[in-house]
Amino acid sequence: MILPFTDRTWLWLAAALYLAGFIQGSIALFKRGRPAGGATYALILLGYLAQLAGLGLRGRAVGGCPLGNAFELYQFTAWSAITLYLVVGATFRLSLLGYFTACLASTVTLVSLLFPSWDAGQRVRIFGPNPWIELHAALAVFSYGVFALLALTSLMFLLRHFSLKSKRLGGWFSFLPSIRDLDHMGVRLLAAGAAILGFAVAVGAVHWARPETVVNLEKVLVTVAVAGAAFALLLLRLRGILLARRFAVACLILYAAALLSLVTVEPGRGRVPARPAPAAR
Amino acid sequence: MSNGHLFVIGATHHRTPIEVRERLSLDADDTAALRDQLAALTGLREFTVLSTCNRIEFYGVAAGPEVAEQVGSAFCRRQNFDPAEFASFRLELRDAAALQHLVEVAAGLDSQMLGETEIFGQMKQAYAAAQAAGNTGPVLNRAFQKAFQAAKQVRTQTAITTGQVSVANVAVELAGTIFGGLSDARILLLGAGEIGEKTAKAFQSRGAASLTVASRRLERAMELATALGASALPFEQREPRLAEFDIVVCATSAPEIILPGSAVRAAMARRPARPLFLIDQALPRDIDPAVAELENVFLYNLDDLARIAEENRAAREAETLKGRAIAGEKARALWQQLAAQVTAPSSTPASEPARTSASASAPETR
Repeated sequence: MILPFTDRTWLWLAAALYLAGFIQGSIALFKRGRPAGGATYALILLGYLAQLAGLGLRGRAVGGCPLGNAFELYQFTAWSAITLYLVVGATFRLSLLGYFTACLASTVTLVSLLFPSWDAGQRVRIFGPNPWIELHAALAVFSYGVFALLALTSLMFLLRHFSLKSKRLGGWFSFLPSIRDLDHMGVRLLAAGAAILGFAVAVGAVHWARPETVVNLEKVLVTVAVAGAAFALLLLRLRGILLARRFAVACLILYAAALLSLVTVEPGRGRVPARPAPAAR
Repeated sequence: MSNGHLFVIGATHHRTPIEVRERLSLDADDTAALRDQLAALTGLREFTVLSTCNRIEFYGVAAGPEVAEQVGSAFCRRQNFDPAEFASFRLELRDAAALQHLVEVAAGLDSQMLGETEIFGQMKQAYAAAQAAGNTGPVLNRAFQKAFQAAKQVRTQTAITTGQVSVANVAVELAGTIFGGLSDARILLLGAGEIGEKTAKAFQSRGAASLTVASRRLERAMELATALGASALPFEQREPRLAEFDIVVCATSAPEIILPGSAVRAAMARRPARPLFLIDQALPRDIDPAVAELENVFLYNLDDLARIAEENRAAREAETLKGRAIAGEKARALWQQLAAQVTAPSSTPASEPARTSASASAPETR
């Protein structure tokens, strides 16, 4: 036991740290005219560790990956996006990405915490004994985290595009990466997200296609649609049909659709009766 | 009571016109000889000579009030310069004010091109040379080392070094915001005049992958291409081969558009995913302004570049107050540490054999 906190306390702490990173980044940007850089990164890292502790406790309580209700899905998506940011942001000069990531993570985690009903139906061992089903779910939600980061880089692309076309390059626009780097990163993130989601769908298709299990059709359709949209976007981009600003806008729409679809893909929805989880510590 | 003090005397671009600075400038031999003379001055405990194209400055620790004057006289004698004229634009500061000036110079706050960083390297060279020759002692060693630290702090805590302030460098900086690095950027220069050449050189200095020159006079294009280590292209090939380039610098004196919208559209159809950066430095303009609307095409003309340079310069100016405040604070703190050493009566002979000549003389960025 790390500290005598419940899982939700850790997750509140994580959300507060992400929010602190966002506020601190805003102060740095709008008062000092430059991104906070290391400070934002440190706050996000601390938030990430707190969220890891919270999700770990929740995972132990439910006996698997905590993906049993909308609250857990949103938390896990935010955590996935932060995981990628901590790798990508440290590798590249992407100080503003940290600011945007902190904004997104604090929003998603706080919203999920503010609606207790989203966390009302905790389910225990929803994936049964088959670890492939759990892998399928974890990968699918992780891919949504990748799409979250894709949405952020797409937003940064649009800002950079606007700054170059309108010839406004000073202020905090100067801290955005180059438009080509953002475009390359968008393509890579889309490819990674599509591949992970595609693999997750394939794993699900193989291991759920059994007579004893019942799969929610709505969930299948939505997941396949999101994966199909991601692959279609990638194809259009690689063939030079959907480029630059239109590609960035399409990526934002993809993420919005993926985020909204989480409600329908809630694991076990309508399949396994909900029951309260033991108090997680 | 001791008259020991820290001083700086010299002449800088602020009050000394370029014709005068030319007469005051020191080449390596002159500097070496002058240093030997200064080393022999009674009462000059430590000194460093900083000579760039924008300033000649002598930093010293003096045992008496007349020493700084003697340094100026020795310099004027060597340069065969009228001391009265020198006095008319001479910079002279003492103690904490001299230290603040030292920090400001190192930070680029006193440079003609505000915030430039080349002066920092030039000061380091000057100090290293003086130190190696034994011209510095505990006071100047500490003063320079602390000044370098303070200068770094000024740079990191203010925005005096951000944004380019020359049109050519603004163009290069813009290319960075489009392409990131320039190591795979192919550049086409249309026009073989001075303005285009300057911009092309700026791109080359930032490591552009290749440069191709095209001019309405092929022999002039070949001449410039040879001088720049680039390749030449017949002018009429500019449109069919436009798609091969990432950055196009147009600086011809052609009276009409030389890159029409149709040519740019055709080029982009062949390379839709790769941005094209068009820099129109010509007057009248060389590039159809309508291409600015095309996806992945970024067009900047002379006015755009000049405006950005001016905005950057103004932004740097706005940061100088903050920089000077940091420099002043650091200088005052440093002076508190050094004052006792500086004002203490000297226990060693003023000039010692170890004081051989050393200095750095290099052009300061204008």
